[in-house]
Amino acid sequence: MRAALEDGSRVGIIGGGPAGSFFAQFLLSFAHRMDLDLSVDIYEPRDFTKPGPAGCNMCGGIVSETLVQALAIEGINLPSGIVQRGIDSYELHTDADRIRIATPLSEKRIAAIHRGGGPRDVKELTWGGLDGYLQTLAKNLGAKVIAARVSEVDWDKGRPRVLLPDSARTYDLLVGATGVNSTGWQLFEKLGLPSKHCETTKAYITELHLGSETIGRHFGNSMHMFLLDIPRLDCAAIIPKGDFLTVCLLGRDIDKDLINTFFESPAVKRCFPSNWNVAEGVCHCSPKINVREATRPFMDRLVLLGDCGATRLYKDGIGAAYRTAKAAARTAVFSGISAEDFQRHYWPVYRSIANDNRFGWLIFAVVHWIKAFRPLLRGVIRMTAGEQARPSAAKRMSIVLWDMFTGSAPYREIFARTLDPRFLGRFAWESALAAASRGKVKGEVAHG
Amino acid sequence: MDDGVLGREYADSAVICHQGEPGDRMYVIQAGRATVLREEGGVEVVVGELKTGDVFGEMAIFDRQPRSATVRAKGAARVLTLDKRAFLRQVHEDPSLAYRVLEGMSLRIRRLDAELSGIRRCPQQEAVLAAQARG
Repeated sequence: MRAALEDGSRVGIIGGGPAGSFFAQFLLSFAHRMDLDLSVDIYEPRDFTKPGPAGCNMCGGIVSETLVQALAIEGINLPSGIVQRGIDSYELHTDADRIRIATPLSEKRIAAIHRGGGPRDVKELTWGGLDGYLQTLAKNLGAKVIAARVSEVDWDKGRPRVLLPDSARTYDLLVGATGVNSTGWQLFEKLGLPSKHCETTKAYITELHLGSETIGRHFGNSMHMFLLDIPRLDCAAIIPKGDFLTVCLLGRDIDKDLINTFFESPAVKRCFPSNWNVAEGVCHCSPKINVREATRPFMDRLVLLGDCGATRLYKDGIGAAYRTAKAAARTAVFSGISAEDFQRHYWPVYRSIANDNRFGWLIFAVVHWIKAFRPLLRGVIRMTAGEQARPSAAKRMSIVLWDMFTGSAPYREIFARTLDPRFLGRFAWESALAAASRGKVKGEVAHG
Repeated sequence: MDDGVLGREYADSAVICHQGEPGDRMYVIQAGRATVLREEGGVEVVVGELKTGDVFGEMAIFDRQPRSATVRAKGAARVLTLDKRAFLRQVHEDPSLAYRVLEGMSLRIRRLDAELSGIRRCPQQEAVLAAQARG
């Protein structure tokens, strides 16, 4: 007989970050529509209201344009107490050039947030973190948060059981939302999940305290992306928040040398006030990030969500948590909780994220190549500057860059756009002109 | 309104969307209120009011007709724009996303039904009610 949730069924979620909280919200909301009475426990040892590592999920802290819109439709409107800065544009930096690309509607649709209570050296808790906010929404719908770290699980007559030092609780469905920076995977192995662990690499994140006014003056409401020819660095961003800047470096095995090279580069230095000694902040971390999905994220009565399963390569991890959490909750309430149900209804969403990352790898490989070949890099800047200078011009390069750096469109779609003959022709023309000329690109942003 | 918020700010009475224009986006009110106005013969008639969290402009996305009403900010308001294409792409992957929009439309139809029955009741029933009141 296929397993399904019924009135009184119990669901345990290990991990109370965005994936776990989104799952709890959607599960309870769908169950309410179906007049199904469920009991949901979220196991999360961290207190997301605390600053520093105790309440942090180590992340760049961006809610993408696509996710902001989806959440608004879901009725989750991120409040001003959570959103430290609304982002309405990005600035692209290379060694020689700097260019600003605004959204077509000039609207703040990207949210810069902190995941927890803020950096270690935060002076005053002005804003709440996203993880705590989402957890509160889940609690408001009836989920119970248990402040405990799960270190033991087993099976109890065919049902998963969570064992704490002083208690044990059996569930009809167990959900893994542990991310990749904990020992959660060992729990799934104990339950016999027939899957390979996801592949990870190390990122680097640091928080710099400049104060709101200085940040506003030098960084504005823009995400700052850096296309620098630094080996192993795929993506570098400076994200303005309230009183802090988040510096986020993604690539393969980010180490001290690479971090120093980044901070020492003229493109980075010129963004900061002239008297600012650019160096890493008091609060910094090197979290693992998922770069290749776990091979099988489910079995009977167990499903993995978010980073411990599959996430979007480098960008919009919170969006991937939302998509996987909702797909799993939909499956559990409307279909069932057997491996067959997850295979039929959850697996397609999971695979679409994983398959899209193949295009992401391809795009980042091309970007590496462009960064190393200066005329092509200047061709990118020239083409973008031309599009931004003429309001009526087709924004082919601008949209590709925007979607790539903000995570607003699937990598497959971005890749397809770059194959358009009009895109390729224009890019080749601008690169040829860049090769024949020197000097700064017209349209460079003057401030900063 | 400070920097740490999403959407676009509209001053009091500023038009958020116009009756008759093509509907290539929908909206969610992030903060404040807005008035829904229908223009008939050059006169604007108030047909509804929207508050924080309300979604509007979705009808034109579903029925591909021009906007049926004008929406103006009532006091300062902050409104998030939702792209038609992004919305439809997400609904295609996740049809349950449309459920909340349907909920809103359903509530609106109920309210309109109630208002319509109130209008139709007027000539006959009001006379009866008035007679009853007279004793």
